[in-house]
Amino acid sequence: MTECRGISVFGGVAIGKIKVLIKCEQQVKRIRVKDSSLEIERYQGAKKVAIGQLEMLHAKALREVGESGAAIFEVHQMMLEDDDFNEAVENIILSQNVNAEYAVAGAGDNFANIFSAMDDEYMQGRATDVKDISERVISILLGRSDNSDIANEPVIIVAKDLTPSETVQLDKEKVLAFVTEGGSVNSHTAILARTMGIPALVSTDIRIDESLNGKTAVVDGGNGVFYVEPDENIVARMKKKQEENNRKKELLQELKGKETITRSGRKIKLYANIGNIKDLALVMQNDAEGIGLFRSEFIYLERDSFPTEEEQFAIYKTVAETMAGKEIIIRTLDIGADKQCEYFGISPEENPAMGYRAIRICLDRPDIFKVQLRALHRAAAYGNVAVMFPMIISLEEVLAIKKVVKEVREELENEKIPYANPQIGLMIETPAAVAVSKILAKEVDFFSIGTNDLTQYTLAIDRQNSVIDKYYDAHHPAILAMIDFVVKNAHKEGIWVGICGELGADTELTETFVAMGIDELSVSPGQVLAVRNKIRNIS
Amino acid sequence: MKEFEYTITDADGIHARPAGELVKLCKEFKCDIKLMSGGKAGDCKKIFSLMSLGVKCGQNVTVTFKGEDEEEAYEKVSSFIKTNF
Repeated sequence: MTECRGISVFGGVAIGKIKVLIKCEQQVKRIRVKDSSLEIERYQGAKKVAIGQLEMLHAKALREVGESGAAIFEVHQMMLEDDDFNEAVENIILSQNVNAEYAVAGAGDNFANIFSAMDDEYMQGRATDVKDISERVISILLGRSDNSDIANEPVIIVAKDLTPSETVQLDKEKVLAFVTEGGSVNSHTAILARTMGIPALVSTDIRIDESLNGKTAVVDGGNGVFYVEPDENIVARMKKKQEENNRKKELLQELKGKETITRSGRKIKLYANIGNIKDLALVMQNDAEGIGLFRSEFIYLERDSFPTEEEQFAIYKTVAETMAGKEIIIRTLDIGADKQCEYFGISPEENPAMGYRAIRICLDRPDIFKVQLRALHRAAAYGNVAVMFPMIISLEEVLAIKKVVKEVREELENEKIPYANPQIGLMIETPAAVAVSKILAKEVDFFSIGTNDLTQYTLAIDRQNSVIDKYYDAHHPAILAMIDFVVKNAHKEGIWVGICGELGADTELTETFVAMGIDELSVSPGQVLAVRNKIRNIS
Repeated sequence: MKEFEYTITDADGIHARPAGELVKLCKEFKCDIKLMSGGKAGDCKKIFSLMSLGVKCGQNVTVTFKGEDEEEAYEKVSSFIKTNF
């Protein structure tokens, strides 16, 4: 038995025979030709066939993996139709009087090298796309057909790395898992594995050769382990795990489109947390009923100047329109602590978790705060947008926020810019906010309890310090008592209250939260169906 | 000539899929559309030219439009860039 480790891109267990895909490096001979115009004609013909194939692959991928996975084949078509690429091929044919195959291989290598030489991992990965298109044309020129017939029985695909066309040409019914030696979590293999929902490992420490073909293997996606010729114990253990996973998965898929409602008929709003506009697809796939926490920090991070009102507006508007009337709760800038941004010019702190962060910065810097509030108000005209404010400790802060909000509304009104008034809510994540929640509830439309910070501040446990991990107990009775207290105070004032921290997805506590009267739970997209399942089984 | 300046906010910069869509859109116009970033210029109607600029998140780009339908191209292309990058 051999045991290899890789980086998991999708969990789950697969047991089956290995099929090694080794790309036969197309040996292209350089042949001098007399009639170079004939070679250009051959190239044009092969290009046309290649584009036709790509159109078919695009249609196939569209059906099997959806628009985002299929788009790469449109990009491939564009690459083949690119004037620069075509000129390069034709130039080689004309200037060297050589065959079309050699010219395509040469141009393909040159363009691939442009990408490999870039200092950006993503762009380096695009060299694969260029090789993919040039190899496709060469195969056509050489009269080889696509060989996508991989096996008669479902197999575990092992390869150095897979190109997008290889992954789509594979008969999905016959692929149990992917294991690649190269590839990153952003590679096409990874993206497709996630979309197909099958176990996959990348960057695996495995030596790939033909001798692996036909050997029995197990992929433990969740733990990132690949066993070749596993012993009986492992097979038995993995079979059991696989059965459990399958049962769970099937059960959960049936819950799509169903209501999140307890047996006694109480509805809970089940929303998703997102940190980037790209997560919207996951929100849809997992059938979340809204967005309970949209972390707006990503708009500010990884750049070197403040995002403008227009930039922010465009992002919020996209989210509002995509969610088409479903509720979206956007949290205003929560920078500071473990999320730092150089251009804010904030000095390093001894204890950033208790330092200058979130609303404390925003209230000091109306120039930053107002830009975001204006963008949020404008986007609210395009959907069901709510805004919530992080790190609140006092009524004074809430009153100060409301004053700025009022100013923003007046400004937009005077400037005759279309806007709508979003619901206004507060993150309850400090013990102080819990203690004064009765007063705060009179000022806003909703509360959302941030259990991660609330636990850290209540138990005096630094989340970043692994030495004290064992004391970080989110089930601590103090935390549960606080949640209960906040829910009661919110309901007394007639406002709704949700949980958006990690505790919201903790199915051991779902029943407790429902009993307390929680109105909304916001969890990461992948957990939506599991929580829905739990709620539907509560009486 | 029309000009449009923008700071890329998409975490992946100008990456393959939206770059492809941008090329498709630009090809609908007759005018010359160039994208400049970090002293290099790319042709927005050519995918290799555009992608090889390697434009990343946070970088400033200037897009220029020159030709008969530059007004319309400016409107459509700038709004596409704002939404997708």
